[in-house]
Amino acid sequence: MTVLDERPADVPVVPVAKAKLVIVGNGMAGARAVEEILARGGGDLFDITVFGDEPYGNYNRILLSNVLAGTDDTSEIYLNPVDWYAENGIDLRAGVRIARIDRFARVVQGYDGTSMHYDRLVIATGSRSFFPPIEGMWCDDKTLTSGVFGFRSLDDCEGMLAYARGKKTAVVIGGGLLGLEAARGLQNHGLKVHVVHATATLMNAQLDDAAGAILRRSVEGLGISVHTEARTTAIQVDNGAVTGVTFADGTVLGCDMLVVAAGIRPNVGLAQRAGLTVERAIVVDDHLRSIDDDDVYVVGECAQHRGQVYGLVAPLWEQAAVLADHLTRVDTGAAYHGSRMATKLKVAGVDVASMGLKTPEREDDEFVQFSEAKHGVYKMIIVRDDKLVGATLLGDVSKVAFLVQAFDRGLPLPSERISLLFDIGTPSAEVSAAELADDAQVCNCNGVSKGALVACVQDGEKSVSGVMAKTRAGKGCGSCKSLVQQIVEWAADGDVQVDESSQWYVPGVPYAKPELMDKIRELALHSVSSVFAALVPDGAEDAKSKMGLASLLEMMWAEEYVDERDARFINDRVHANIQRDGTFSVIPQMKGGVTDVAQLRTIADVAEKYEIPMIKLTGGQRIDLLGVRKEDLPAVWADLGMPSGYAYGKSFRTVKTCVGSDFCRFGVGDSTMLGIRIEERFQGISGPGKMKLAVNGCPRNCAEALCKDLGVVAIDGGRWEIYVGGAAGAHVRKGDLLATVDDPDVVMTLVGRFLQYYRESATWLERTYSWVPRFGIDRIRAVVVDDTEGIAARLDADIQKAIDAYTDPWKEAAAPVTPGQFRTSLPLTPLPQVPVR
Amino acid sequence: MTGVREGIDLGSVEQIPVGEGRAYVVDGEQVAVFRLRDGSVRALGGTCPHRGGPLADGLIDGAVVVCPLHGYTYDLITGEETANGGAPVRAYVATVCADGEVRVAMPAT
Repeated sequence: MTVLDERPADVPVVPVAKAKLVIVGNGMAGARAVEEILARGGGDLFDITVFGDEPYGNYNRILLSNVLAGTDDTSEIYLNPVDWYAENGIDLRAGVRIARIDRFARVVQGYDGTSMHYDRLVIATGSRSFFPPIEGMWCDDKTLTSGVFGFRSLDDCEGMLAYARGKKTAVVIGGGLLGLEAARGLQNHGLKVHVVHATATLMNAQLDDAAGAILRRSVEGLGISVHTEARTTAIQVDNGAVTGVTFADGTVLGCDMLVVAAGIRPNVGLAQRAGLTVERAIVVDDHLRSIDDDDVYVVGECAQHRGQVYGLVAPLWEQAAVLADHLTRVDTGAAYHGSRMATKLKVAGVDVASMGLKTPEREDDEFVQFSEAKHGVYKMIIVRDDKLVGATLLGDVSKVAFLVQAFDRGLPLPSERISLLFDIGTPSAEVSAAELADDAQVCNCNGVSKGALVACVQDGEKSVSGVMAKTRAGKGCGSCKSLVQQIVEWAADGDVQVDESSQWYVPGVPYAKPELMDKIRELALHSVSSVFAALVPDGAEDAKSKMGLASLLEMMWAEEYVDERDARFINDRVHANIQRDGTFSVIPQMKGGVTDVAQLRTIADVAEKYEIPMIKLTGGQRIDLLGVRKEDLPAVWADLGMPSGYAYGKSFRTVKTCVGSDFCRFGVGDSTMLGIRIEERFQGISGPGKMKLAVNGCPRNCAEALCKDLGVVAIDGGRWEIYVGGAAGAHVRKGDLLATVDDPDVVMTLVGRFLQYYRESATWLERTYSWVPRFGIDRIRAVVVDDTEGIAARLDADIQKAIDAYTDPWKEAAAPVTPGQFRTSLPLTPLPQVPVR
Repeated sequence: MTGVREGIDLGSVEQIPVGEGRAYVVDGEQVAVFRLRDGSVRALGGTCPHRGGPLADGLIDGAVVVCPLHGYTYDLITGEETANGGAPVRAYVATVCADGEVRVAMPAT
């Protein structure tokens, strides 16, 4: 080709006016390229114009599944709204499609008549849905038959959502990632969904046959019908709208709408007409430039690099960074060498991770495979020359982090390959503990590094609890305890002193919880002091065991519990949460987060009267009065005249709710009412840890029920999903689905039964987010929902006893239980903090 | 108990519930006095040297008090911190007199 512009490569260009950079395509690749260019000072080098076919800012296409499922609103998936472009001095032409590139004049022309010069051009035209040539698909050259949809853009999504209203059955052609996501999304709107797939294996691009079969079971378990090896030959149309599909064998499947997710094709027509080399996509060099034109860059799904076309987001990020380095001349040596394809995603609610090979290729490839179809779990790895070259995880992706690292970087693998798939003991722990840098902070509460832990072990402390006591690691929020344990085990190199006491329910009484409960029952021990006297060899009390024992005895004996006030933590003695300055926080009950004028007025009056220094809304949808003096507590409660919100104990806290169906446009169930009902019934129940609940009126999760100890979610059709074991504190975990039921009364029963089972089974201070995975959701479901152990009626009766024993502790305001219960313990005069002898 | 030089009376032991602590001012200093389950009393400086927590609000057993803020643990007789290697707290000598009055004094040195 003719070289039109000869610049010596090594002489920096000092532009008089800024050069003109035009980006064709405002999808994830185009917009990311712009962001990367701006991050490298590209705003000073270039006047930037972005052309986008769609009339929007830039959005996250991956989240379209959530929009379709109703879990994200369209407004939530924007990466860069239209304002962002203006703020960064970028000229966005949204809704303008480029018709032609004239590379010789260096001009792009839009279908709207725009003509614009460029000095540098970035093509990021992405892909479009592929519609196989099937009779009945189109009603004319450009328009799909009514009721037929692709699944690629926001418009596709909104079209589907509008059309799906009142429809009963949908067929999705294509059982790959997109097809399954579309199916799950439509199912959320109450449609019966059939997935039609041409080959025998779902997601055959990522999964082998065994994994595909397990995925199929899981998908069918959700109520989606799957038809494999089914080739669609015709689309039935009546009155211009789709009514069904015909298969190659002549059978017909009726439907009200049809989604075609049979793959994507790169948008390369524009590049072809401009004379650029196009094979499967536009061919680029290692700088992401077209091999035909140094001023034209190509990025994303429309680029073909070393024979590969990528359809995932991670390679696209890498490409955009290289492109920006090179285009802005920040690093003219920047080169893209291709991406290793590792994906971790959730397909129709099922976790899937896959990387590298799908099946072993050589005779000496090591192949480790585990399959547990009943539980929807499949795991396999392929090892070649001691390097991981392929892996698939389905249903349980807990080991994916190390596998991806090993795959990407060729890390050495443990000789016991099985430990790559399961936690079977020390090898995997060794790997992660060994990999941490010495200065890596392990305990973020108390600032303890791995090095400090290792030093402590080397100084001779060989027990986990000993190291924790000496370094204070794990003594804050506790979320790092398992990592501390791994590091100690690794540092001690197998020479760890097993400390029996780690199994004890509390440190001062030598029994694990089940044995302890047996003894307490057998000897009829009703008070904390009687437990010490009867079960500790020398009868010694232990201050650090009292709170746990008090909770256990209260749970076991309910009204018969002999409550010794000295066994209570200060919070439980005065029914308020102690603060760092020794004052207390007061949170009145506000059921379901609903309040009224009278309550608000009372709270305002109280805050004013007692000069409350801070009034704060809590995460649990209540009002917190902070900085209350201990001696003021009784008067504050009396003036409030509201029950305690129990925001201080290891107890049932609150039920967060969204506005549900009364006011919300999207609500499908009365979450507010159900939340209030739950809170009224279970208020004040004590347990091994806090119990925070929530009820959502729809799957959008505004009340955050998916990450609560127990969360209830209303779904279409008057049904309720119950999630358990979620958390969003120091530890973040999505809850596991316990059951889906169609009656709020059943929700009430299961909530009570679950809470009672947790109260009995969890160790002291063990929150549901560790108890649920430790016990296993299947076992918990078997007991709580299916009553396989025959204890459901007993659990129901025991939680009822606890409910009957409820009294509002703030009533103690009228008559203190102990002398000086509310006397201050604070310094009366400022004192030196470290006294000098 | 021996070694008491002179004491200050704090009033009836019945002001302190069994197994709990209460705060007093002794000689201009904040003192936490604890009444153990065996009937004896102990007294320590009332403010935790770690972050100023009110020790009288702590849980006790026969040997230690645990600060309610961060779990620093002090020997009820010596005032030594036993869990985290923290600074000690001042220890006083406390007794219950025959008339049921609590008496607190500086230890003999």
